[in-house]
Amino acid sequence: MYSVNYHRASSVADAARLLKNGDAKLLSGGMTLIPAMKTRLAAPSDLVDVSRLKDLQGIKVSGKTVTIGAATTHYDVSTDEKLKKACPALAHMASLIGDPAVRYKGTIGGSIANNDPAADYPAALLALGATIVTNKREIAADKFFKGLFDTALKDSEIVTAVSFTAPAKAAYQKFRNPASRYAIVGVFVTKGKDGVRAAVTGAGEDGVFRSKEIEAALAKNFDVAALGGLKVPAKGLMSDIHASADYRANLIAVMAKRAVAAANA
Amino acid sequence: MGIEGVGARVARKEDKRFITGGGRYVDDMVVPGMKHAVFVRSPHAHAQIKKIDVKKAQAMPGVVGVLTGKELKADGIGNLICGWMIHSKDGTPMKMGAWSPLAVDKVRYVGDAVVVVVADTKGQARDAAEAVEITYKELKAVVDATKAIQPGAPQIHAEAENNLIFDWELGDAKATDAAINSAAHVTRMKIVNNRLVPNAMEPRAALGHYDKAEDHYTCWTTSQNPHVARLVMSAFYNVAPENKLRVIAPDVGGGFGSKIYIYPEEIVCLWASKKTGVPVKWVADRTESFLSDAHGRDHVSTVEMAFDKDNRITALKVDTIANLGAYMSLFSSCVPTYLYATLLSGQYDIPAIHASVRTVYTNTAPVDAYRGAGRPEATYVLERTMETAARELGVSPAELRRRNFITSFPHQTPVIMNYDAGDYNASLDAAMKAADYAGFTKRRADAAKQGKLRGIGMSCYIEACGLAPSSAVGSLGAGVGLWESAEVRVNAAGTIEVLTGSHSHGQGHETTFAQLVTQRFGVPIDSVSIVHGDTDKVQMGMGTYGSRSGAVGMSAIVKALDKVEAKAKKIAAHLLEADEGDIVIENGEVKVAGTDKSLPWFQVALASYTAHNLPAGMEPGLKETAFYDPSNFTFPAGCYICEVEIDPETGMTEIIQFVAADDFGNIINPMIVEGQVHGGIAQGVGQALLEGAHYDASGQLLTASYMDYTMPRAADLPSFKVSTSNTPCPGNPLGVKGCGEAGAIGSPPAVINAITDALGVVDIAMPASPATVWSAIRAKH
Amino acid sequence: MSDVSLTVNGKRVSGSTEDRTLLVHFLREHLGLTGTHVGCDTSQCGACVVHVDGRAVKSCTMLAVQASGSTIVTIEGLADGAELHPVQAAFKEHHGLQCGFCTPGMIMAATDMIARHPQGLDEATVRAELDGNICRCTGYHNIVKAILAASKTMSKGAKGKAKQAA
Repeated sequence: MYSVNYHRASSVADAARLLKNGDAKLLSGGMTLIPAMKTRLAAPSDLVDVSRLKDLQGIKVSGKTVTIGAATTHYDVSTDEKLKKACPALAHMASLIGDPAVRYKGTIGGSIANNDPAADYPAALLALGATIVTNKREIAADKFFKGLFDTALKDSEIVTAVSFTAPAKAAYQKFRNPASRYAIVGVFVTKGKDGVRAAVTGAGEDGVFRSKEIEAALAKNFDVAALGGLKVPAKGLMSDIHASADYRANLIAVMAKRAVAAANA
Repeated sequence: MGIEGVGARVARKEDKRFITGGGRYVDDMVVPGMKHAVFVRSPHAHAQIKKIDVKKAQAMPGVVGVLTGKELKADGIGNLICGWMIHSKDGTPMKMGAWSPLAVDKVRYVGDAVVVVVADTKGQARDAAEAVEITYKELKAVVDATKAIQPGAPQIHAEAENNLIFDWELGDAKATDAAINSAAHVTRMKIVNNRLVPNAMEPRAALGHYDKAEDHYTCWTTSQNPHVARLVMSAFYNVAPENKLRVIAPDVGGGFGSKIYIYPEEIVCLWASKKTGVPVKWVADRTESFLSDAHGRDHVSTVEMAFDKDNRITALKVDTIANLGAYMSLFSSCVPTYLYATLLSGQYDIPAIHASVRTVYTNTAPVDAYRGAGRPEATYVLERTMETAARELGVSPAELRRRNFITSFPHQTPVIMNYDAGDYNASLDAAMKAADYAGFTKRRADAAKQGKLRGIGMSCYIEACGLAPSSAVGSLGAGVGLWESAEVRVNAAGTIEVLTGSHSHGQGHETTFAQLVTQRFGVPIDSVSIVHGDTDKVQMGMGTYGSRSGAVGMSAIVKALDKVEAKAKKIAAHLLEADEGDIVIENGEVKVAGTDKSLPWFQVALASYTAHNLPAGMEPGLKETAFYDPSNFTFPAGCYICEVEIDPETGMTEIIQFVAADDFGNIINPMIVEGQVHGGIAQGVGQALLEGAHYDASGQLLTASYMDYTMPRAADLPSFKVSTSNTPCPGNPLGVKGCGEAGAIGSPPAVINAITDALGVVDIAMPASPATVWSAIRAKH
Repeated sequence: MSDVSLTVNGKRVSGSTEDRTLLVHFLREHLGLTGTHVGCDTSQCGACVVHVDGRAVKSCTMLAVQASGSTIVTIEGLADGAELHPVQAAFKEHHGLQCGFCTPGMIMAATDMIARHPQGLDEATVRAELDGNICRCTGYHNIVKAILAASKTMSKGAKGKAKQAA
């Protein structure tokens, strides 16, 4: 790791101010940033720690509206009783991230701000049609995730929360990379008042994306049977030593079917 | 057997420190004034070094020294060597290219060490390492051994034309060809044994300390054989004479072969300590381990197995190309030769065998012994071919094996080995029973109803352990003898220290070796201590690898115990005024048989040291040394059965059950033996399903961290069903054979036989990852 | 450089260290608590697991300064004096370790796992929950056995205490 200056922010405003230092980066759970710094792939001059800010923590469920503070850990998301009732699919998804020690530290805000192409939360938020709340504005998930490790966030903009309306049905299915345990393919499907949404992580060359094919097939009939003839194109999917684009295309279809079955169960 | 004696499930003595955080590994060592080393490694697989500029690095904060290969050579430090001479078919010696601990003119693989930086902290050393400026001229690289021996391939060492190190053979080519030509059936296969990275959880580390006042060096190193390290560093690398060099291998966090060899880093740390005047510690990052630890396996073989009309094997012909990487590691040459081809008879009576092995340089990390070392490769060749043959011949895999089993002993194979004992039907029966083999057809049908593909596969392995008679390995080219030493010191008040040349890095020697003493003298196991891993304490030893600590290491202890017992009996007979032949030692007492005359053990010990009343002419003291040189290898064998279920939609393979039935000879501590089998199976299953080192064509290692190299995790494996049915080994006093490698040797073919059974295909590449399995399913339809 | 204050194994400690110092290195090099190990660079092997404010985390993926103010338990602080923690005892009894290098992290992860599952554990859960801890020696067989046994012992102990309280 290169030398770095650590700051513990006292508030979101303080964090925004500290972020203006050099090439500063926000530190939340650190589950992606610190490994990247250890291998010297990331070299921020300053770290602004927001993980202890109480304002950024916690899960609120009000009717169908769910709001999750950006510094809420995967563990807390996966075990929150209110959330498990309102949107069990998201709690389940959080329980599949990394490993138990990672879930204790990693946060929803950190995950989406990093937008790793194999991370789980981007698929969930995209499929949930969530709103990403920052210290400056609100951004629809559809506009937030821009590409590999790229988001709509501007300099010194800080994710403070995400919120969404709990869908009637939802589920996440993930096929893990055997080595890294990240998603080779993860598919999050939802059926809500605005229709069906299906988002795919782990597979796209440009990161998380909504699958037109799955959404179209499920629009009329939210049932596994509707996905019987589903063909997902391999074009635009990643190929690496773990999985070819063809294999990923196949897994998208398989995970979509399993997700729909789970959502209907 | 007492509760702490031979055969008892004694909980490990060494565990206390490990479970309380008190283990002492190399990285835990702190010497006053100690600084930290970071190696600058080649980012290129093959390049000339044009220029090295260390000025900027030297000026960085905290930097104590930035040292290059030129300086190392100027100080007379020698090149690394391979210690086992192999001759080609034409009689020429192997072509060993020079391997400087720090590269001087050329780098030959990604990770080749070029410069060492020593600084106050590791972070500073890393910062300065990035400031070292090295100008390379890149050369074309080759990573695939089959391509490296083609004409026109990049030439890696001037000494080895076409990168061919040797072209060696074993067995009778003529008789083998004749049998194949007249066979009723010949099964032919191309078999690839994937390259693995050993991945002991403790990364390699070294701490070199030069004491100027004493002109003496101390090296703490992650070694499986500190004495061999001292010998080699003294005799060949010119680091320091043996009497000026102490090597300590303290607690070592796993080895699996990868910590047998003497690597550049420990040599450089010792040299750099003298050069900079400070103790120098280096600890590998995991990625550094991936790049620079010796890898394992990486064979490509073509196989022909001939059968007569009764399905008896008449001949086996194997042609293997083995990738040895960029340099010849310490024992690299013996792995694909005498540890491989000599095992190609397996458990079968095969009249004619011929093996031809070409070893090849490539621009990859050096390849050497990894758990099993040659024997997994032989077993994979044989057991995959047997499976295919059974399918081609339309007989059951078990029946074909039984038909060809060796059933009388001793048995001389056509490839050197003389098997001393075994009962191969017994292990096969035990494994089939434990696996409910008979019930498989129904289980397969039930799985099919769920849309899943079930398969079952077996593997009957044999291995040669207990390396080995020194004169025999010497005649085959080994540079060292393969005996072991032991010293049993009875202290004046009766407690006992056993000094051994074996090294424990997870095997539990502190417990099993102590069990031998407890068994012999009836003293509590807590009064016995095992001392190992320090050249200042133990005079000489050959270390731990090749499952040799039981058959060779413990036999040496037995020999020393015999001497101690004999002397103790003489003393006791004298004190008790009895006949020496009537003295028995049990339960911590020395007794005259058939009388009530006895002495507590400690009084005999004390008498030996007070020396007030010893038999005439006897030297005081109770301490004996023994060197044990085995008369033969030992031959553990067994049968493994694996049952898998495959999800055809994803290609995911689940191991439903894994059964191991082994014959390890007599067993000292069943709990520890089972643990060794579990670990070995996990590595074998890892090879078959998960693990594979993957270089791209330019020589970059794509699997250089756990993000890309799949380590077996708990959820990848089931609980294993293990059992033993033992035939004692006639070749050593304890009747033990060795159990450390069996799991890794026997399991890969069992897994792949099960997967190919489930899929209905002839072969599938290891690791049979979900993507690979899915592709195989798709290719079939 | 920053000042770091922690409570480690019940003792208040403080020191000054570079901001880039990882918690694991602070524990090992500044406090001499070398039971916590480093086995990888990618936060996957789990040899470095310690408890920070009651949760099992990877001390190689946390800066020491980030942990400042926290309460930490390492493998050295798990036993109650001379009496082994039930998970430590179970690892010994069931031969859940060989080379011992992954063991401290395994034990720290296992104690946390058992605490999160007061209702008890089954084999599949134990295996799934060990995803962040890699062992190369044991094939996990005896680690799983040890954790299941410790879980049983501890839930009995908990019930015993509950009874006493009632």
